[in-house]
Amino acid sequence: MKNGYSRRDFLRTTAAVGVGAAAGIGFPAVLRAQGGAVKIGVLHSLSGTMAISEVSLRDVVLMAVDEINATGGVVGKKIEPVVVDPASNWDLFAEKAKQLLLQDKVSVVFGCWTSVSRKSVLPVFENNNGLLFYPVQYEGEECSKNVFYTGATPNQQLIPAAEYLMSKEGGGYKKFYLLGTDYVFPRTANKILRAFLLAKGIPADSIAEEYTPFNHQDYQTIVGKIKRFSSGGNAAVLSTINGDSNVPFYKEFSNQGLRSENAPIMAFSVAEDELRGMDTSALVGHLAAWNYYQSVDTPQNKKFVQAFQAYAVKNNLPGGDKRVTDDPMEAAYFGVHIWKQAVEKAKSFEVEPVRKAVYGQEFLAPGGKIKMDEANQHTYKPVLIGEILKDGQFRVVSRSRGLVKAEPWSQYTSPDKGCDWIKHKGTYQKKA
Amino acid sequence: MSRRPRVLAALVAAALWPGWLAAPAAAAPADLDRHLAAVASADAAVQEEAAAALARSGDPRILPLLEALREGSVYVRTLPDGRRETVIAGDRVTAGGRAVVPLFRAYGREPLARADGTPVMADVASLVEVPSTRRLRVALRPLIDAFTATGQLAAPDPAARRGAAIKMGNTGDVAAVPALEAALGREQDRSVRRALEEALALIALERGDDAARTAAARRLGELGSVDALDRLQRIAGERPPGAALGDAVAVAVKRIERWTLVASTLETAFQGLSLASILLIMALGLAVVFGLMGVINMAHGELMALGAYATFVVQNIFTAHWPGGVDWYFAVALPVSFVVAGSVGFALERGVIRFLYGRPLETLLLTWGVSLVIQQGLRLWFGAANVDVMAPRWLSGGIAVVAGVQLPYNRLFIIALAAVAVAAMYWILFRTDAGLRIRAVTQNRGMAACLGVRARWVDAGTFAFGAGLAGLAGCALTQIGNVGPELGQNYIVDSFMVVVTGGVGKLAGSILAAGGIGGLNKVIEPSLGAVYGKVLILVLVILFIQRRPSGLFAAQGRHADA
Repeated sequence: MKNGYSRRDFLRTTAAVGVGAAAGIGFPAVLRAQGGAVKIGVLHSLSGTMAISEVSLRDVVLMAVDEINATGGVVGKKIEPVVVDPASNWDLFAEKAKQLLLQDKVSVVFGCWTSVSRKSVLPVFENNNGLLFYPVQYEGEECSKNVFYTGATPNQQLIPAAEYLMSKEGGGYKKFYLLGTDYVFPRTANKILRAFLLAKGIPADSIAEEYTPFNHQDYQTIVGKIKRFSSGGNAAVLSTINGDSNVPFYKEFSNQGLRSENAPIMAFSVAEDELRGMDTSALVGHLAAWNYYQSVDTPQNKKFVQAFQAYAVKNNLPGGDKRVTDDPMEAAYFGVHIWKQAVEKAKSFEVEPVRKAVYGQEFLAPGGKIKMDEANQHTYKPVLIGEILKDGQFRVVSRSRGLVKAEPWSQYTSPDKGCDWIKHKGTYQKKA
Repeated sequence: MSRRPRVLAALVAAALWPGWLAAPAAAAPADLDRHLAAVASADAAVQEEAAAALARSGDPRILPLLEALREGSVYVRTLPDGRRETVIAGDRVTAGGRAVVPLFRAYGREPLARADGTPVMADVASLVEVPSTRRLRVALRPLIDAFTATGQLAAPDPAARRGAAIKMGNTGDVAAVPALEAALGREQDRSVRRALEEALALIALERGDDAARTAAARRLGELGSVDALDRLQRIAGERPPGAALGDAVAVAVKRIERWTLVASTLETAFQGLSLASILLIMALGLAVVFGLMGVINMAHGELMALGAYATFVVQNIFTAHWPGGVDWYFAVALPVSFVVAGSVGFALERGVIRFLYGRPLETLLLTWGVSLVIQQGLRLWFGAANVDVMAPRWLSGGIAVVAGVQLPYNRLFIIALAAVAVAAMYWILFRTDAGLRIRAVTQNRGMAACLGVRARWVDAGTFAFGAGLAGLAGCALTQIGNVGPELGQNYIVDSFMVVVTGGVGKLAGSILAAGGIGGLNKVIEPSLGAVYGKVLILVLVILFIQRRPSGLFAAQGRHADA
């Protein structure tokens, strides 16, 4: 996320190498246990800047493993997770992925959060024919045979959110301010959003686009611009601001007298887990677009939330029973179960048969039934627009009709491209 | 939007009818009763018509039902005598393995109670859900909005009243005019009055006859209404000058554009001042430690983080032991953060730094190490995630000075705090004995020591003072940004930039540099954006340092001799 090699990066690398060395000493024990067990890798940052988000994903994956082991494992074998810490360091992600695939010989890896970490492990998985389940919404434009994407593609998050704001029910907004942090996801997301808005007849001068550096704190000028932009009352903000910068942004927004009734902010990177460390008073009434919320009212979700909080208490995780669940956590959780079902269908742990068995798998996830695509690596998901409440939870204000099919190549930016691993070899050109 | 309107409506309902606790619940007027039954119809068109009829009644006790319909929490239950009744269901709870819901009356949303006063809990399976189709929700939204906006016009919070007025003006709904006029009649707050007048003029501009539209255009011009600019320009396109309306619109557009320029200039000036004050308060402690004493203190940022965490702790103590006065925790946190960071600074100087005077590289490494220790300590103690420091009510929101320019209280506060801190520092350095000793030691340590100044204790005191200022900055910054273990990292580069640009050893240089960098940044940012704005500032600083390596003011003091 940051450029250059800071002193913290240096320390992180040193520390991680140390941890890696320590883990190496433990290998013989792991090998001995191999008899009735199958190994899976967990590749999430447990230290560094991304730890805040990724630690929860490790927790939920391990919880799913516990659940499966408690009911007899996968085709009679217990799952044995191998947890490594790539420490928010993109090069280390590739190194650790290689270690998991070649040294530990895991059957599958659950991991990554940022797009840059996924891009860094991608060649490792492709060259060694590994299997990665990636649980976070992302910018699309990727179609690898070795990655299953259980998070949303742009058409399962960005486009429905913009459509909602343009609809009569959503407020009929006609001007859009695209605001993001300066890196690959917001830039690609805004490229797709802009193409979509233009296609829907929004004139170019009614779309503003702006980026801020990571950890940006001073939103005075930008909020001033939004204020002038939204005068007339028909403008909305589409925000791909990531991480820390959200608090100063929302604070400045409300302090300069802007309210969600006059100009709502639709956020694509703010979920329950991020809201934990925030003073939410300035955020209330603004919107977010995801495929799952902790507040989703299904029996299996109630069970999921309770099970996770109980798991956190039992394993003495920080936060205990105050822990929350969110969209990437749900996607990480059902990813493990999808893999289990595919293994049971294929009756094998080999990558090729498992991969083919994943296509078309269905699972009753906490947020509702989901389905893996029949021909590529993505997931059919429902789309939910939520309104932020005072307690850091969301109230669903709009829900897609049924499941939305993933479009790895957006029809608005790459209408000629498709992704299919049954009839084609991945990305292909659609005939005109 | 969320819970407030319902609470408000419930309050209104309660006020209208004080006997609701003891007496049986109020029955709905007969004609409404019919619509209440119809709204539960399976036919969306019938539902929609009934909802519109209910909304037209203007009865505030209908609002909860409309909201519940949109949420999909309206059900029909069958009474023991076979009659069917429309009810609102509350949050689902599980009792004895069954999902049950508390029931509320559709009219007024009062809880339904049994004869003994216990609430009626119904098994969800025994109820028939009233369908909430997308079509119905689309139809309900404007009805609810009109209801809530009218309710908000009477809200106790002026910002809420203002927001409602702006929204009603932008919607341009003629039906809102009586409510707006009534609100204008009783409104005292200047900025809300202005918003109400603007809303009325905006509605008249869209819907009235030519004479009324001309008057509205004129009024909007006088008000300098930015909200009206788009519409006026559109009308100007349709109506060429010549007719009364066309002329009035052209004049109004010109007036508003002129006013917008003035307002945005004012705003930029304030933003520059605000950024300058933040930079200054961050750099002030460093100006003392690095500027006067010549210690390159890499732990400066972490001392700020300590101040911020001290604020967090004070807030928690207040919420735990004195929740009534929690709004004033910040006033206590300011001195506490100064003392906490100052004590750590004192211990640091006495413990390690004093052994390394005159060895800048070793000091740099050492203070860097200290910064990592503090950072990791904070992470171990408070956790890696950011902590939630709330804004006291008196620092939330802002004051509307002129139309369209609102100055946030938190930024005004930091400007004032920076001014006070600078004044206090000058007073201490130039008007007190302690300050005299500090200046003496800074200028010529050996001579000062010969004259009986205890140089070592002056060093410790100066360092502690600088550290305390860093703590104070950390406390102030909790109102602007995040509080986390890595807080210091975000600010240290800017702090050094200000001190180095200003000229090491000169306080006036730091003040001037903070003002220059802050102002320049805000002038550049609107046209170049935040990313390139920052790049350009850094380039300018590098060029400046190349021309004048010793900064704005030439250095004097201990390190200048070296």
